[in-house]
Amino acid sequence: MTAEKEVKLLGLWASPFVIRAKIALALKGVEYEYFEENLRNKSELLLKSNPVYKKVPVLIHNGKPICESMIIVQYIDDVWSGVGPSIVPSDPFDAAMARFWSHYVDDKWFPSYDDVVNGETREAKIDASREAMAVLQPLEEAFEKQSKGKHFFGGETIGFLDIALGSYLVWIKAGEKITGLEFFDKLPNLSAWAECFWAHDVVKAVMPEVDAVVDFAKKIQAKFNSPPPPTN
Amino acid sequence: MASDDVKLIGAWASPYVMRPRIALNLKGVEYEFLEEKFGSKSELLLKSNPVYKKIPVLLHGGKPICESLIIVQYIDEAWSGHSILPSDPYHRAVARFWGHYIDDKWFPALTGISRAPTDEAKKEAIEQVFAGLKFLEEVLEKSGAGKPFFGGDTIGYIDIALGCNLGWLRATEKLSGLTYLDESKTPLLVCWAEKFSAHEAVKCVMPETDKLVEFAQMLKAKFSAPPSK
Repeated sequence: MTAEKEVKLLGLWASPFVIRAKIALALKGVEYEYFEENLRNKSELLLKSNPVYKKVPVLIHNGKPICESMIIVQYIDDVWSGVGPSIVPSDPFDAAMARFWSHYVDDKWFPSYDDVVNGETREAKIDASREAMAVLQPLEEAFEKQSKGKHFFGGETIGFLDIALGSYLVWIKAGEKITGLEFFDKLPNLSAWAECFWAHDVVKAVMPEVDAVVDFAKKIQAKFNSPPPPTN
Repeated sequence: MASDDVKLIGAWASPYVMRPRIALNLKGVEYEFLEEKFGSKSELLLKSNPVYKKIPVLLHGGKPICESLIIVQYIDEAWSGHSILPSDPYHRAVARFWGHYIDDKWFPALTGISRAPTDEAKKEAIEQVFAGLKFLEEVLEKSGAGKPFFGGDTIGYIDIALGCNLGWLRATEKLSGLTYLDESKTPLLVCWAEKFSAHEAVKCVMPETDKLVEFAQMLKAKFSAPPSK
């Protein structure tokens, strides 16, 4: 009874990793208490809940912490398995494919997009964007097979890989505003997918405003261009 | 279905390759092991893992599955019998977390010791290895509850994720003269390492420490020579 209410999420409003957890919780209709962290002054709760990495997101369910965004997503799918859509495919091979491509997103895509965010000039950001688009090419090619002709990587509904990649869309849109580049210009499958994902009710409800992320990105830029303080 | 054609592309020295081998052994699944030749990649590997071109790759009924821990999860889901991941969602999340940590931080620190460009970097890598072992000792204490393995009475996900690195850990100890698995620091892990290495699903696929030392020395000589890659 109270178990259902004992869900907390420690996060940062602009973090794609935190957005992943929010999407999963929303898909399952789970109510939770959200705590916004300040990375320069991490809460006791965060440091206690994630002593290894000291990072967000952290899901705390009945006092027990779960860390790492896609592990949190799998946990949410496991615990609330009877509720809402299935996030991880039930077929072992499809599940392995979803996990593989999600791993690729974090392993290859995230660092490539980081270069876009950190690019010091508009030109640097454009160059980095082109590289990041190239990193998405394998996913563009994998889309048809993974989606089995439907709108999402997960098929009819948003699934594991949709969440893994889709969580970045707000940053991609912010990047488009800053650079003037159309990110999915040469990636038609992903372009169509992104439109569907962005329009999904659950996604609309949890995504931050693109303009807010643009402002945030500019602030980070300003910090990078000035003498760097010691980082985490 | 379970006796569908199962192949594993790998190499004897790779800890990542050991993981699916242990998992398949635990499930009693027969498979064909296709050893890659060092220094070259087979057509089958390039075709089966075009994204990373790395081992291990499991081929089940011709379908490729890549990334060692993803393969282990696949094996756990595709075949019944010995459970590798815990059934409880929280313990599954904990197991996945430590598997991630081992690959993300701990093993790179271990392999980073010999590659460290400065003494400072070497010291940091060594500290990271010890810190990781300390974390894992605590995990074993908490989840093991007096049992021999992270998985309890039997080998589980964390056992496989960590245990596959024992060969290289011992080789690093021989090469550096430092003892990482130290009874005075991590007594449970020392005991665990012995039991894990002796397990029938493991001992046939664990490479000999001396052979790994030889391999490491060969690699070092090769990469210290004028680059031909």
